[in-house]
Amino acid sequence: MTEYETVVGLEVHCELATATKLFCGCRNAFGEAPNTNICPVCLGLPGSLPVINRRAVELALRIGTALNCTAQRSIFHRKNYFYPDMPKDYQISQYDEPINLGGFLELVDGSRVGIERAHMEEDTGKTTHVGGGGRIREAGYSLVDYNRAGVPLVEIVSRPDISSAAQARAYVDELRSILVATGASDGRMEEGSLRVDANVSVRPAGAAEYGTRCEVKNLNSLRSLERAIGYEVARQIALLESGERVAQETRHWDEGDGRTHALRSKEEANDYRYFPEPDLAPLVPDARLLAAAAEGVGPMPAERRRRLSELLKAGPEPAERRDGSTTDQVVTVVDLGLDELVHGAVTAGADPHLSLARAANEAAANPDAAKLLDPIAFAALLKMESSGQLSATQSKEVLAELMTHGGDPARIAASLGYEQMDTAALDSMVDDVIASNPEEWQRYRAGEEKVAQFLLGKVMRATKGRANGKLVAAAFAARRSV
Amino acid sequence: MTARQAPGIGSVAGIAAAVRSGEISARSVLQSSLERVADLEADLHCFNAITAEKAMADADAVDRLVGSGLDPGPLAGVPVALKDNLCTEGIPTTCSSRILAGWMPPYDATVVSRLRCAGAVPVGKTNLDEFAMGSSTENSAFGPTRNPWDTTRVPGGSSGGSAAAVASGMVPLAFGSDTGGSIRQPASLCGIVGVKPTYGVVSRYGLIAFASSLDQIGPFAATVADAALGLEVVAGHDPMDSTSLDLPSPQLLASLDDGVSGTRIGIVEDFLSDVSPECREAVVAAGEALAAAGAKVDRVKIPELLLGLPAYYIIAPAEASSNLSRYDGVRYGLRVDGPDAETMNARTRGEGFGPEVKRRIMIGTYALSAGYYDAYYGQAQKARTLVIRAFEAAYRSFDVLLTPTTPSVAFPFGSKVDDPIQMYMCDVCSIPSSLAGHPAVSVPFALSPEGLPVGVQVLAPALGETVMMRVAASLEAAAPRQARGPVTP
Repeated sequence: MTEYETVVGLEVHCELATATKLFCGCRNAFGEAPNTNICPVCLGLPGSLPVINRRAVELALRIGTALNCTAQRSIFHRKNYFYPDMPKDYQISQYDEPINLGGFLELVDGSRVGIERAHMEEDTGKTTHVGGGGRIREAGYSLVDYNRAGVPLVEIVSRPDISSAAQARAYVDELRSILVATGASDGRMEEGSLRVDANVSVRPAGAAEYGTRCEVKNLNSLRSLERAIGYEVARQIALLESGERVAQETRHWDEGDGRTHALRSKEEANDYRYFPEPDLAPLVPDARLLAAAAEGVGPMPAERRRRLSELLKAGPEPAERRDGSTTDQVVTVVDLGLDELVHGAVTAGADPHLSLARAANEAAANPDAAKLLDPIAFAALLKMESSGQLSATQSKEVLAELMTHGGDPARIAASLGYEQMDTAALDSMVDDVIASNPEEWQRYRAGEEKVAQFLLGKVMRATKGRANGKLVAAAFAARRSV
Repeated sequence: MTARQAPGIGSVAGIAAAVRSGEISARSVLQSSLERVADLEADLHCFNAITAEKAMADADAVDRLVGSGLDPGPLAGVPVALKDNLCTEGIPTTCSSRILAGWMPPYDATVVSRLRCAGAVPVGKTNLDEFAMGSSTENSAFGPTRNPWDTTRVPGGSSGGSAAAVASGMVPLAFGSDTGGSIRQPASLCGIVGVKPTYGVVSRYGLIAFASSLDQIGPFAATVADAALGLEVVAGHDPMDSTSLDLPSPQLLASLDDGVSGTRIGIVEDFLSDVSPECREAVVAAGEALAAAGAKVDRVKIPELLLGLPAYYIIAPAEASSNLSRYDGVRYGLRVDGPDAETMNARTRGEGFGPEVKRRIMIGTYALSAGYYDAYYGQAQKARTLVIRAFEAAYRSFDVLLTPTTPSVAFPFGSKVDDPIQMYMCDVCSIPSSLAGHPAVSVPFALSPEGLPVGVQVLAPALGETVMMRVAASLEAAAPRQARGPVTP
């Protein structure tokens, strides 16, 4: 059997998180009563005209910057086709002169996916087919909600650089992080803020020419994206293996039966008759716009992961942790936007690996609260843990309190009864335990290590857990070697 | 039949001054206007809707302002007629099309609200060729408007209703839209003044689009001064129109009577050969009159301007095919039901649009289609650029250009309606300025041997309204009074 390679390009539609729509002052809001956020402009009433939302342009430029694109003078085009949820029966979009051109996105594994373009356009309304199981052909009637009509979108078109379903998923996941990080979008796939179409083809491994591609639609989650591409690749390979050809067509992913289905060819036989939108002036990204766009773009996740990893290299490698889990922790921390906290803590003297671990696990359990943590207080807590003043369990308890109520970790520890026992008290406690358990002490001295736990437990019980386990163990060890 | 000169109900400036000073009431002005409408409307059919009741309330509001010592504005109490493609809140706006019959806009066009703010009193919505496509009003779904100079002839179009309403003295001021000549051509055929401003000087917000890159709103009046006043009121930047120029309204009246001494005027020879003798002679005589008034008049050849007509009849239909897509039966206007959305859409458009609109939608759709775009739309845009460059060159030597407005005087009903190309030729002299986005004005200047008015057209470069209107005022001063309306049919 021939070896095949998968070629995938993705088109991601991202709704911009602006207060108002792209060409009018109506609210850009999800989930409100149908047809309440509408006006003559977004309803496309006769005589109405579009006026560009500058904030949407800023966010589009911000996305372009984050994706390493070149911002350029752009114009809007009209994309003409009839559909009841499109008020003007043309969509104002960008065609051969998009606002952002050429760029790339770096994934977690270091691979790069090229970005063809990231252009602006308006969203359509939303049609609900009533009766007939929600399918247009069998529906009794259809209802249209125009609240979404005119919501600003940026369509991000990747190059066909993606070579597996898993990589496609990783790409969208990473893109989503970037869109959220730039503040351009809320990134909610389930609310349709992010919508993905996949162009999928296969070709014999090493072939120079691309195979015939199919566009797969209705991918509403990362899971359906991955499944649909997997299915489509298998389908195309099976066709080629049986001597048939892949037809270029649009296919609809059915989450229920786990297959893609060809749409009727009539539904896709469109000539969009693009031509320059005469109602809008060309968009020239002047210095003010570019500055406003650059303002919101900090370093992107790939860069932030790199910086965080650098930080870890500087600190001593903890013996008990595997590399793999450190990588996961880096991804989690960057994804949740907690990397600034870790950097801050390390700068304030905390151990890098411990900072990362607490951020990726305990802080990550409540990322909103964690983002408000004072890195100095966080570092103070971690230093108490590293020095043995607090046990790991105690440190986690103090962190939880710190995240919910803030404050000084030392005082929190004290209020929880975790204050450090002074060495004298600890020593006398250890001596008491040795005195009252002579048999166990002898076995321990003779090298029976498991008895150490018994002795330690006695001290912990006597101190009601206030003693630091490491220090107690050290105390026993010191007495044995005398 | 012969038309008689008529006084109408007075000049725009005269009415506004008298109402502002309390000398006459807006209500009495409106009553005279409505009486004249009542007398003549059956003969002329200028209006799709007459909004007498609302107008009466508006007039009374103006009178109350005056009564309380407040100034209602520069058009206080002036009855105005609005082309029925300008959106008026709560008043049907139809574009003379079955597809929009009965549709009530929920908002006023910017021009309409500016007129109201200036104290004007809208009396009704005037007839037009369906969606402003035509040169005779014969394409109206509600029947044609007749020319008050000779009711067997067309008033021109597409703003024929507005032109005829002013020319018959029903109102002293009306507004229309001009895409390729739809203000200037009917002004010429009806013996009144019609101005197409620089593209972007008047907001298009609320003007139902025909061809967005060409459409521009402008005034009709019996005199240059009244047209200038009307334009001053509606012009100026509007944030609701992205193509609106960020400039204040032009000051036209201040220098209107400053004369043309030293003004460089070019008579465009290319438009003198294929026009009727009376139209050619009017331009020649206009040149002589301007020279006598001190202008430097020369002839100029600008053959590229002849590229305008074919370019226009690709670009305008292309934009129209897209602009008119929204009439799909889903949200407003006519709906002819069908078993599915596609059939409903096709039936609605099939029954809702008249033949000329369908023709242009088909031409435009074809011109934008994959595989034909470059040969048609792309080529037409290149021709448009050539027209603009040719004008640029000419305006290095001239301040304004002079041409006939139309190739002939008003023609009889039915004489061109079956020959679209003949009808399209009516716009040959007016289209180049539209393509360039330049201003132009038609001024009544002569009478034909049959007693029909003949207009001449003054063209100016972008934002050249001031000098253009000054030249128009000089022409008006030199023209015989009988050449201009109002007239009684």
